[in-house]
Amino acid sequence: MSVTALSPRDLALRQPNWFARLLDYKPFLIVVCLAPAIGLLAVFLTYPLGLGVWLAFTDTTIGRRGIYVGLENFQYLLSDPLWWGAVFYSVFYTAVATFGKFALGFWLALLLNNHFPFKSILRAIVLLPWIVPTVLSALAFWWIYDPQFSIISYLLVDVLHWRSTNIDFLGSAWPARFSLIAANIWRGIPFVAISLLAGLQTISPSLYEAAMLDGASSWQRFRYITFPMMMPILAIVMTFSIIFTFTDFQLVYAITRGGPVNSTHLLATLAFQRGIAGGELGEGAAIAVSMVPFLVFATLFSYFGLARRKWQQGESDD
Amino acid sequence: MTDAVAQPTNVASAAPDTMAWDSRARRMMMIYLPLACFVIILLFPFYWMAVTAFKPNAELLNYKEHNPFWISSPTLAHIQHLLFNTAYPRWLKTTMLVAIGSTFLSLLASTLAAYAIERLRFRGSPYVGLGIYLAYLVPPSILFIPLATVVVQFGLFDSPLALILVYPTFLVPFCTWLLIGYFKSIPYELEECALVDGATRLQILRRITLPLAVPGLISAGIFSFTLSWNEFIYALAFIQSSANKTVPVAILTELVSGDVYQWGALMAGSLLGSLPVAIFYSLFVDYYVSSLTGAVKE
Repeated sequence: MSVTALSPRDLALRQPNWFARLLDYKPFLIVVCLAPAIGLLAVFLTYPLGLGVWLAFTDTTIGRRGIYVGLENFQYLLSDPLWWGAVFYSVFYTAVATFGKFALGFWLALLLNNHFPFKSILRAIVLLPWIVPTVLSALAFWWIYDPQFSIISYLLVDVLHWRSTNIDFLGSAWPARFSLIAANIWRGIPFVAISLLAGLQTISPSLYEAAMLDGASSWQRFRYITFPMMMPILAIVMTFSIIFTFTDFQLVYAITRGGPVNSTHLLATLAFQRGIAGGELGEGAAIAVSMVPFLVFATLFSYFGLARRKWQQGESDD
Repeated sequence: MTDAVAQPTNVASAAPDTMAWDSRARRMMMIYLPLACFVIILLFPFYWMAVTAFKPNAELLNYKEHNPFWISSPTLAHIQHLLFNTAYPRWLKTTMLVAIGSTFLSLLASTLAAYAIERLRFRGSPYVGLGIYLAYLVPPSILFIPLATVVVQFGLFDSPLALILVYPTFLVPFCTWLLIGYFKSIPYELEECALVDGATRLQILRRITLPLAVPGLISAGIFSFTLSWNEFIYALAFIQSSANKTVPVAILTELVSGDVYQWGALMAGSLLGSLPVAIFYSLFVDYYVSSLTGAVKE
């Protein structure tokens, strides 16, 4: 490094001015370094978070400052079948999609953990659904789910002759719900698979060799070595996946906008519909705040998942 | 393909009695067939997007006479319509501006923050790190309503600047976290040597720490760029005029209109809107994968 070669004469030549000396004063430097990040987060994250909680207790609408109304918004939500519908679908969507993503993603990770040619290219291709803007792939799914020109219907009706009529993917409640879940699973598989693949690669092969010497079958090797060793990383990836699936907005907004007849509203899309499109900021904020208990639950899940990690690596549990 | 199938894996060489499991047909059934299914399903929507984007309308809506999986007479009409009859180039420009602006801002903020937390070590620095990490767990769906009022208060409503300032809320936590990991891997001794030689802290950051953390900076940069290119909910809530919309929002709100959807133009728009991230991603695949997996493992 060039700095190590600085001679005393060089140093004397560039005698630091007062500003440079101030920057060398450690507490000042710490404040300067942290200021941009903390400032941005405080103004655009912490403050809005507090403001959101406050808005949930007011009757603010767009263009009018609200007054404090106590728990009125929440009482209204509890008596609102649409909110209950959104809670039901959010939980259902998260549960089914997370299960699907992890079952298929884990399977894909195990497949990718084998040796075969073009592995790195394949790994790159597999991640594509995850990096492409969700709304744009959601549009492709919308087109795939078209009532008249759906390619899936075409395959089933005209090519395979399994059905006589087109599938109405988005026209009625349950098919629409499952269509959205399928699209979400499609988008989520790559992230799960690539993260779990990284975890799989850290498991020492000697464990498998030892198990095979003891006569363990491939299922037993998976059940007693792979799965327990993957628990910590599974817990973390799953927490992230649950948080971001539960608060999903884009897919539903792009494909159904909550329809048909409000059957596919997630809490986030309902909050958008009431808060921004409908202008009832207070009520929208209350819907958004009602997501928090679920998220806290998911974060606690992550914490205990992380806590498991230490003893599995042979360190003391603190 | 074939020579790799014949190659015994290290599993097989470790225990001869599992050789039967590793026979060629079995391997084909258990690995290549499911893998092929995964790849086909994961890529099909993109193929379908591309096929639709280059199909003339007559073919698009007539499956009886044309095979829908192929294009008999490809056309550029949809892309031409998109580029010359809509504000698509403008939307692309706005999106690019927002993505580059917010990436630059979050890289700057998170590099300094990660350096302070990991290298300047002060009392409570682990807690600051934890706080920034927790910020990552706050999803945009909870924040967009109050943030909309904040943006209005600042007079930034309907301005791309609002997005440039707001996107770092989800970029900074991730980048800081990633860069802390990179800074950790740089030996302290290098900095101590520089300190002994009389370098200032900023010189150390600029001449020693940053050059060694370049892979981390690239990973964080790519991640930020793709995340801000893909962002939707803030852009939908804070931008109103057609000219200032980003590509994902504009396609959904400006191109979807009426009862008959212009599927050709919609898919062409989706394809073009996905290309920049896809190209960017393909150039830096390894950095991307390592940052994704590194962040999960940390």
